[in-house]
Amino acid sequence: MSNSAVQTESHESHGPELLHHFVSAEQQRNTVSLAMWLFLATEVMFFGGMFCAYLIYRTWYYAEFAAGSRSLNIWLGTVNTVVLIGSSLTVALGVRAAQMGKRKLLVVLLLLTLVLGLTFLGVKAIEWHDKYVEHHIPGASFSVADLVREYPQLHIDQRHAQIFFSLYFAMTGMHALHMVIGVGLFLYLTYHAWKGTYGPKYYTPIELGGLYWHFVDIIWIYLFPLLYLIDRKPLK
Amino acid sequence: MATAAVSAERENYLNKEYGIRSWLLTTDHKRIALLYLVSITFFFFIGGFMALLIRLELLTPAGDLVLADTYNKLFTMHGQIMVFFFLIPSIPATLGNFLIPMMIGAKDLALPRINLLSWYLYIAGGALMLYAMVEGGVDTGWTFYTPLSTAFSNTHVVEAGLAIFIAGFSSILTGLNFVVTVHRMRAPGLTWSRLPLFVWAHYATSVIQLLGTPVIAITLVLVVLERTLHLGIFDPNLGGDPLLFQHLFWFYSHPAVYIMILPAMGVVSEVLACFSRKRIFGYGAVALSSIGIAVIGFIVWAHHMFVAGISLYSALVFSILTYLVGVPSAIKVFNWTATLYKGSISFATPMLYALGFIGLFTIGGLTGLFLASLGLDVHVTDTYFVIAHFHYIMVGGAVMGYMAGLHFWWPKITGRMYPEWWGRLAALIVFIGFNLTFFPQFILGYMGMPRRYWQYPPEFQILNVMSTAGSTILAVGYLLPMVYFMWSLRYGKVVGDNPWGAAGLEWKTSSPPPTFNFDETPEVTWEAYNYDQIPVPKEAWLEQ
Amino acid sequence: MSEHVMSSKMYYGIWITLMVLTVVTAAVSFIDLGPFNTIVALSIATFKAILVVLFFMHVKYASEKLTKLVIASALFFLVLLLSLSMIDYLTRYLA
Repeated sequence: MSNSAVQTESHESHGPELLHHFVSAEQQRNTVSLAMWLFLATEVMFFGGMFCAYLIYRTWYYAEFAAGSRSLNIWLGTVNTVVLIGSSLTVALGVRAAQMGKRKLLVVLLLLTLVLGLTFLGVKAIEWHDKYVEHHIPGASFSVADLVREYPQLHIDQRHAQIFFSLYFAMTGMHALHMVIGVGLFLYLTYHAWKGTYGPKYYTPIELGGLYWHFVDIIWIYLFPLLYLIDRKPLK
Repeated sequence: MATAAVSAERENYLNKEYGIRSWLLTTDHKRIALLYLVSITFFFFIGGFMALLIRLELLTPAGDLVLADTYNKLFTMHGQIMVFFFLIPSIPATLGNFLIPMMIGAKDLALPRINLLSWYLYIAGGALMLYAMVEGGVDTGWTFYTPLSTAFSNTHVVEAGLAIFIAGFSSILTGLNFVVTVHRMRAPGLTWSRLPLFVWAHYATSVIQLLGTPVIAITLVLVVLERTLHLGIFDPNLGGDPLLFQHLFWFYSHPAVYIMILPAMGVVSEVLACFSRKRIFGYGAVALSSIGIAVIGFIVWAHHMFVAGISLYSALVFSILTYLVGVPSAIKVFNWTATLYKGSISFATPMLYALGFIGLFTIGGLTGLFLASLGLDVHVTDTYFVIAHFHYIMVGGAVMGYMAGLHFWWPKITGRMYPEWWGRLAALIVFIGFNLTFFPQFILGYMGMPRRYWQYPPEFQILNVMSTAGSTILAVGYLLPMVYFMWSLRYGKVVGDNPWGAAGLEWKTSSPPPTFNFDETPEVTWEAYNYDQIPVPKEAWLEQ
Repeated sequence: MSEHVMSSKMYYGIWITLMVLTVVTAAVSFIDLGPFNTIVALSIATFKAILVVLFFMHVKYASEKLTKLVIASALFFLVLLLSLSMIDYLTRYLA
């Protein structure tokens, strides 16, 4: 724990990437890595507020959550999960490529990540559009008459269903916003990787971008069962 | 230690560069601290002006100074500005920012550019808040309770909510920076058990900022989405639960009280040790009680909701948990008192504020236990008893600590001493004004005067007149330091690097410090507060 | 932070496991397991998340205790938020 950082005053190791107040590249790397992990901890609590709301309303209004979940497209949801996990693989391999100094491979992997990330957002847009067509977006034209007809045995209350869809849009929307930020981040990383900024000695930005990307992936790993798989078993 | 004559000539963080650019684009933690100091002082006086208008309205039983609507906006924005734009950043963003790198022997915070970003976020949030204010204000109460804030209020809830959302990220980044800095930037030999208690207190504060603030951020986003896009997460018309908003709001906003008070406790530990010339009694207990307060502070939040309709069983749990937070708080007060025992005490201005802190915080803390008890809370909920209680904590505690710290480190920050006689006078005025303002409110509340009304029955007038009179005295007490601090920038006596004879690494560098704080990275071989090894300076400001 | 370069084989192995688990969790949701549907779905999600954290985010091989402490505290405070809120909601309409 007591990794008292400053050992010597020598500045000869200062490359262009090393900021003045650090002594060594290692100290700088450990510092920004810790900062990223702390940031991810705040993100856990940020999404945690919505998970809390979800948990409470799912306990109260299970029938409407079940019906709302059934109305989501499980195929598109599964495909998107696969796409996002694939992008996590390309990111992990990208960090490895940077560690080994394979510039071309790194650029290709980052581009693949971008393609997969944009695919995810595209599929998400299709799903949201479907919800718009079905009048499942909370607001003046909201209606779940179709679900009431389809699942008479669940005795759906239209108002409670609106809470499910409010949470659905808040949670997937906030996740998608994080994806958009991630895509922006990876555009920047790709540009610098292409310019050859990163190599075995300096790949911190790739590592940090990767941590962020994996975190957003983990949020989705939970959103998928919590939103799409609430209740799919055959209705009696 | 360099002498005063040398330090006046040498290059320091203030005279290294000049011009507006060198300030607005600085990454020097000391300059950013001063940027914060100026900005939060600005907001403090806006919030304070609103407080004076509130007190002036309450001078008479009739609602005769402002309209009821205006009054609602006044107390709402007084609360929002004071909490989010003054108290939360007060000690951490100014004194913490300035001192933590020096106290741990580092050249800067770990993430200097993030530090500057944090100030700009604060300014952006503050500007949006001012925009909401001049556009007509907000009337929901600082707590944004739903469904008033989501469905009924036709004031500028969205702007104010987003302003606080943005300022919240400023607070998160400050906390993140401190945690990383304390872990990664300590000088050789500076182990955790040698850290000043100021640093321990800020570490605990930062943990709350990191883990609490995101929850209110998402909660405010959901309120904004409910107002603008008609999402229905807290909407009772849909079967949503307004109490859920309160749960999420207080999950941050209760620990937020500890964001305000913990840094003040850190200041008090430094000041008490210095002016008693003793090592803090029970160093380890005081350090760990900061962490204890931070953690327990997270599990008491529903005591704000005892009469709001939560389950009786959970109220029971939260009541017991709330009593628990008294334990680490009491550990601190007892250890401070024990530090004074057989100390060689001098009543310089910082010490007056620190002693004031201990007394007022104790009153604020003990009346908090009244509110934690389920039966009594029913009687005094939403009365002036609550107002008095949290002002004893926030003004009597946090602001007193802030003033103690400002005076204590003013010679370090500026290289000049404030006028000691005026300092002591102001401290006395603040103490008298504060108690005259807020002690009558305990009685008012106990007699049943509710908060947030602009009229009241005539039998409450005497106590309200006392309170209003006290608030004007308090205002004088706050204006005085403002004046003599500015005066001292030019005319204050130039002092040496360590005018108090204080322990701590920040006193081993020159005043004002050089840009990178130390010419050579210090190596720490001693325990904190080694006052037995430091001679008492024979200075005028330490005379009785 | 990671100096340790892991073999690409391991990354592919983790990836395949995650893929299989995704398909499994989707498929299992169609089978009636009573209350266990939710438990299975969340257990699989948690297992997947652990794999991502340990291997893709390098927590298993190349991180210090402090990283684990940060993760543990975030989860701890999340659990506090969820559980203490639920105490209210689960007991509100008793008696």
